[in-house]
Amino acid sequence: MYNAKFVIPGIIVFAGLFTAPFWINMLSSGHEEVKVELPTEPVTFFGEERTQCIEPREWMAANHMELLLEWRDQALREGKRIYVASDGKKWETSLQNTCMACHSNKAEFCDKCHNANSVNPYCWDCHVVPQGNNHEFE
Amino acid sequence: MNSSRRYFLKVAGLSTFALAAGAARAEAAEASYEAYPEGLKAKRWAMVIDTRRIQTVEDMRPIVEACHKVHNVPNIPGSREIKWLWDDTFDHAFAHDPDPMLPENIENRRFFLLCNHCTNPSCVRVCPAGATYKTEGGLVAIDYHRCVGCRFCMAACPYGSRSFNFQDPRPFIKDLNPAYPTRMRGVVEKCTFCAERLEKGLMPACVEASNGAIMFGDLNDPNSIVRRVLAKNFSIRRKPELGTDPGVYYII
Repeated sequence: MYNAKFVIPGIIVFAGLFTAPFWINMLSSGHEEVKVELPTEPVTFFGEERTQCIEPREWMAANHMELLLEWRDQALREGKRIYVASDGKKWETSLQNTCMACHSNKAEFCDKCHNANSVNPYCWDCHVVPQGNNHEFE
Repeated sequence: MNSSRRYFLKVAGLSTFALAAGAARAEAAEASYEAYPEGLKAKRWAMVIDTRRIQTVEDMRPIVEACHKVHNVPNIPGSREIKWLWDDTFDHAFAHDPDPMLPENIENRRFFLLCNHCTNPSCVRVCPAGATYKTEGGLVAIDYHRCVGCRFCMAACPYGSRSFNFQDPRPFIKDLNPAYPTRMRGVVEKCTFCAERLEKGLMPACVEASNGAIMFGDLNDPNSIVRRVLAKNFSIRRKPELGTDPGVYYII
C-alpha cells in the first residue's frame, strides 16, 4: 500500500471522530430518566372510585398511542364507546373524559415525556386540556 | 448437503414463525369493546321540525345556543363562519319550489337549517380520505382525525351544511365545553345529529331544547314519534329532487 503510514492513522482518526457521539454518550453520566407526575387523587368512573390506570403502567407507556387510535376507531366507526380492560373493568373510550380526568396535568405528564422523546402529537389541537393546566388558553 | 440445508431452512422458518406469533400474543392486551347499553338504536334516524312552533329568530336562539354550547361551535362573523344549526327564509331553504304567491306568515317565517343526514349522501361519495362516512343508524359522520381539508364534501353537499375551518376556532368559542373536543384549522365540520349523545341514551341537544317542536326518531319504526307525526301532518324536505333522500322533514 502506498502511504500506509498516513492512510491507516487517518482511517483510525476518522473512525474515532465518526463514532464520537457514541463514545461521549457512554463516558458521560448517561441519559436522565424522565419523571412524569402520576395522579394520586381517586376519580369516579362508572360509579366507582378508581386510582389505578386502565392497563398496567409499562404497557400504557409503550402502547397508549395505539390504544388511543383503536379507541377512536371503535367509538367513531363502530359506535362502541366502552373499553373493557384486561382486568374486566369498564371505561369510556375518551381521551378528554377518561385519560385526562386523572392525568389532568398535561405539562407534567404528557408534555414531559413527549418533549424528552422529541415527539409532537397534535391531540390537543382539538381535544380540550382540563382547565388550570391549559397553557394555550391562558 | 442438500437435505441438511433443507432441514435447516425448515427449522429456521418454523422457529421465526413461532417467535413472531408469541410476540404478537404478548403485545395485545386482552381487552374488548362494548356499546353503552342505554344507547338509542335506530335503522334510520330522522328529524321533524314543526316550523309552526319555531317561527322567529328569537324562538330559535335557545335551541341554537344549546347545540353550539355542547359542541364547542365557534361564533365567527363573516364569510369564515361555522354553521351547524342556522336559519334562512322559505325561498332560500326550499329553493326547488319558488312560490311568488307565498302567504305572508310563511314568507316572514325563519326555517331551521342543518345537515340533512341523507340516505344517499353526496359528501360521503366524494371524500377522498374516508373521513366522512355513514353510521349504522344512518347518520353522516366525520372523523376529523382523517379529514385532509380538501373541501370536496362542501362542493358536493347541496344544502351548504358543511363549514371549513379557515383558522383556529378556539379564540371564537366563548365558554368551552370541557367534555367535547373543538376542531382545528383545516378540517370540515357540520351537525352530527348528536351521535355521541344518542350512544349514551340522550336525545340530540336541539331536540331537548325545543320543547317538543323538533322531533327525532327512527324512520323505519312505524311507532316512532317521527312516523306518527309525519302520518298526521303534511311535510316537505329540502331539494328532494336531487335524490339524496334527506332525513330532515319540515311541517309547514
